[in-house]
Amino acid sequence: MAEAEIKSSNNEFAKLFSEKASELMGRLENNDLAGAVGLIQDLQKVRDENLYQEIGHLTRALHESIKNFKLNSNVSGAGSDIDEAHEGLSYVVEMTAKAANKTMDKVDESMPLSEAISNEASEINQEWNRFLNKEMSAGEFRDLTKRISVFLDNTNSNTQKLNSNLSEILLAQDFQDLTGQVIQRITSMITDVESRLVNLVAMAGHVDQMTGIQHKEPDNTETDIEDDPNKGVGPQLNAEDNEDVASNQDDVDDLLSSLGF
Amino acid sequence: MKILVVDDFSTMRRIIKNLLRDLGFTNTQEADDGNTALPMLQSGDFDFLVTDWNMPGMTGIELLKHVREDERLKTLPVLMVTAEAKRDQIVAAAQAGVNGYVIKPFTAAVLKEKIEKIFERVDG
Repeated sequence: MAEAEIKSSNNEFAKLFSEKASELMGRLENNDLAGAVGLIQDLQKVRDENLYQEIGHLTRALHESIKNFKLNSNVSGAGSDIDEAHEGLSYVVEMTAKAANKTMDKVDESMPLSEAISNEASEINQEWNRFLNKEMSAGEFRDLTKRISVFLDNTNSNTQKLNSNLSEILLAQDFQDLTGQVIQRITSMITDVESRLVNLVAMAGHVDQMTGIQHKEPDNTETDIEDDPNKGVGPQLNAEDNEDVASNQDDVDDLLSSLGF
Repeated sequence: MKILVVDDFSTMRRIIKNLLRDLGFTNTQEADDGNTALPMLQSGDFDFLVTDWNMPGMTGIELLKHVREDERLKTLPVLMVTAEAKRDQIVAAAQAGVNGYVIKPFTAAVLKEKIEKIFERVDG
């Protein structure tokens, strides 16, 4: 649906209207009542024709939009843009949760390994210092060499395990790429849906103009519910640009200390 | 020290539990919103509550208000760990009687500092 087309037909309609209006005034001044009534009928006819045309446009645009939204009831909801957005966002939640859990699993696995290395190394170090200070008997030294040899073996396998855990943690970050792509797709889809809706609203506006329909402002009860102070809103996306928002922990601490905390 | 961690996201509960464990607090339990948390608090002998704000069901601020109204729970130390960062919200939490407020994303150091500060004040 070409927007220019609607605009020009609307302009023509307005132009015709004002032309005929001045002609009507002229006829009335000349007491040509029959001519004036004829003119009004002409105007009515033009308005009706334009109206039918606009409604036709609107119907066609609605139809196209429905087709584009893939909201066809025959498909029983499956495959629509909205469904795709739903699925995409669920996928994002799922992927991020999976990555977080994978990372935490690997951290949980790794911490005892590095703790074991650290503890054993510090104990062996103490023994080693005793040996260097010649405070160790030959028997103790033999035990120490065995201990060191076990430690080196263990450290070797522990660090290998640590390395593989670290690479798995690294790999788990691939969610950023995958979820990023899905989010970008949904963002462009929303932009698309928005522009189509704006078009529809513009067209409906022309019909309203010709029929003289005026709409009441929508009431705000629903936004009032949204403003319930108990409900959270989630992360602030542009905290730094917003004075009503604490952009970091220091801001929070300052605010709380100003309240006597 | 028995701690209840309330957050609707299991990963965040896990992160907080891990950080608490590193700080030496091993006795932790979880709830996914205020409706689950409140009966646990009322029937269990919890010493500390860490809660998110934005949760389905009962939110963290409502949970905090219920805790402060409850004769047996009203002195329970409460730390809010949340992405809610509006000044109005922080003031509201303070007025409702929160003991500490940490905004997400946070570091282990910040969480540690706030918890220590709360217990200094409670013990002192």
